[in-house]
Amino acid sequence: MSIAEIMMGLENQGLAAIGAGIAVIGAGLGIGTIGKSAMESIARQPEAGGDIRSNMIVAAALVEGAAFFGIIVCLLVALG
Amino acid sequence: MKFRLIQKFVAFCIALIACTGSVMAGGGAANKEAFNAKDVILHHVLDAHEIHFMTLGEGTENETHVSLPLPIILYSKERGLDFFLSSKFHGDQKAFVSHHDEEAEEQNGHELEVVPAYNGYAMVHEHIYFVDENNHVTDAQPLDLSITKTVLGVFITMFLLVFVMFKVASAYKKSGVAAPKGLQNFIEVIIVFIRDEVARPSIGKGYEKFMPFLLTVFFFILIANFLGLIPFIGGFNVTGNISVALVLAVATFIVTITSAKKDYWMHLFWTPGVPVWLKLPLPLMFVIELVGVLSKPVVLCLRLFANITAGHIIILSFVSLIFIFGEKFGVGAGYGVSVLSVFFAIFMNVMEVLVAFLQAFVFTLLSAIYFGQAVEEHAHDDHAHAEHH
Repeated sequence: MSIAEIMMGLENQGLAAIGAGIAVIGAGLGIGTIGKSAMESIARQPEAGGDIRSNMIVAAALVEGAAFFGIIVCLLVALG
Repeated sequence: MKFRLIQKFVAFCIALIACTGSVMAGGGAANKEAFNAKDVILHHVLDAHEIHFMTLGEGTENETHVSLPLPIILYSKERGLDFFLSSKFHGDQKAFVSHHDEEAEEQNGHELEVVPAYNGYAMVHEHIYFVDENNHVTDAQPLDLSITKTVLGVFITMFLLVFVMFKVASAYKKSGVAAPKGLQNFIEVIIVFIRDEVARPSIGKGYEKFMPFLLTVFFFILIANFLGLIPFIGGFNVTGNISVALVLAVATFIVTITSAKKDYWMHLFWTPGVPVWLKLPLPLMFVIELVGVLSKPVVLCLRLFANITAGHIIILSFVSLIFIFGEKFGVGAGYGVSVLSVFFAIFMNVMEVLVAFLQAFVFTLLSAIYFGQAVEEHAHDDHAHAEHH
């Protein structure tokens, strides 16, 4: 295996790692936004706290699901 | 009094996580092979034909694997049904694999890789293949119906679920409407929570017929997730197996399809309130709606699988850090890193308990929402008004 081929292989895995990192940035931003608006709403109306909490968790799970799509693809590339 | 309690708790946690770490690489100062984190982590996350508890004396000559062999059940047209214990693969028979990729050739030279074999079958990376007359592994595989670690995990979850639920049901039969106590009390809280927060708001009228499915799915995912978090019993990864997650998602899909009312099919094939040119001559809306219908179970499956597997991989990576550092920078660095790793591993384990609850809840909630969408009947006045405009 020549140096070029080794570098190509490593390049794939390196790019996959970068892709996973970007997917996590997306998840962090998304869930952070959800948390921010949830906290503001609870501060405005504490009685609705329970409802808001459940909806926040649902929305966070959906956003996380999307992020995991990206992570799984990167994992598949990184592990061959 | 409180300080004593805290002392005991901290001591217990450290002992627990230290033991978890030792399970992973089995002690011994002189390891002949380097610690390959990727292989160890993948081995703990993937399925296996036996339950491997620990390796005693790793790296020395009398290295013994403490594991529980599981039955292997193979079916093929040529050889019929074959049934034997996976310990047979640890005998003396070997077969040879020729390499298809250059990377393995690079590692092993041009020799063939040796894999365990038994009675015309060979096991390469937990997949079973046929062996031809020259003792070479072919590409043909028999139908593998073995009881693997994941299948055993599913059975354990099933038994626990059935056992607990039958106890609770018989307690209801005996006591009637009296105040519940004990296990019945605990399970009732969860059942009422699913009924009042998940089923009734999402499905509305007629939610009762979906309650058995929702409760089963919730408790199955919850117990299976917890099973994967217990150390020392061999590392089960039930819901982290994409097949198990897919079966659960397909079950939700089938219940949605079979309980769907006319409005659901109308929205799929002839979406109301949408201009006709999007439906004829080219059914664009149909394609869009179809993607929506098919992507929901796929996403359900992937969300569950990815969350649980990622959690396991993170915990294993933290513990692997100890051994990676220990090898690269000396045993002292290993011990030093182990303090940090232990804390992170405890934290991740607690987070994984939260994730276990959350994933079971989200799967159940989304299933309930899809059922609600399937059975809802809304007034068509608003759609009709939109078309008149």
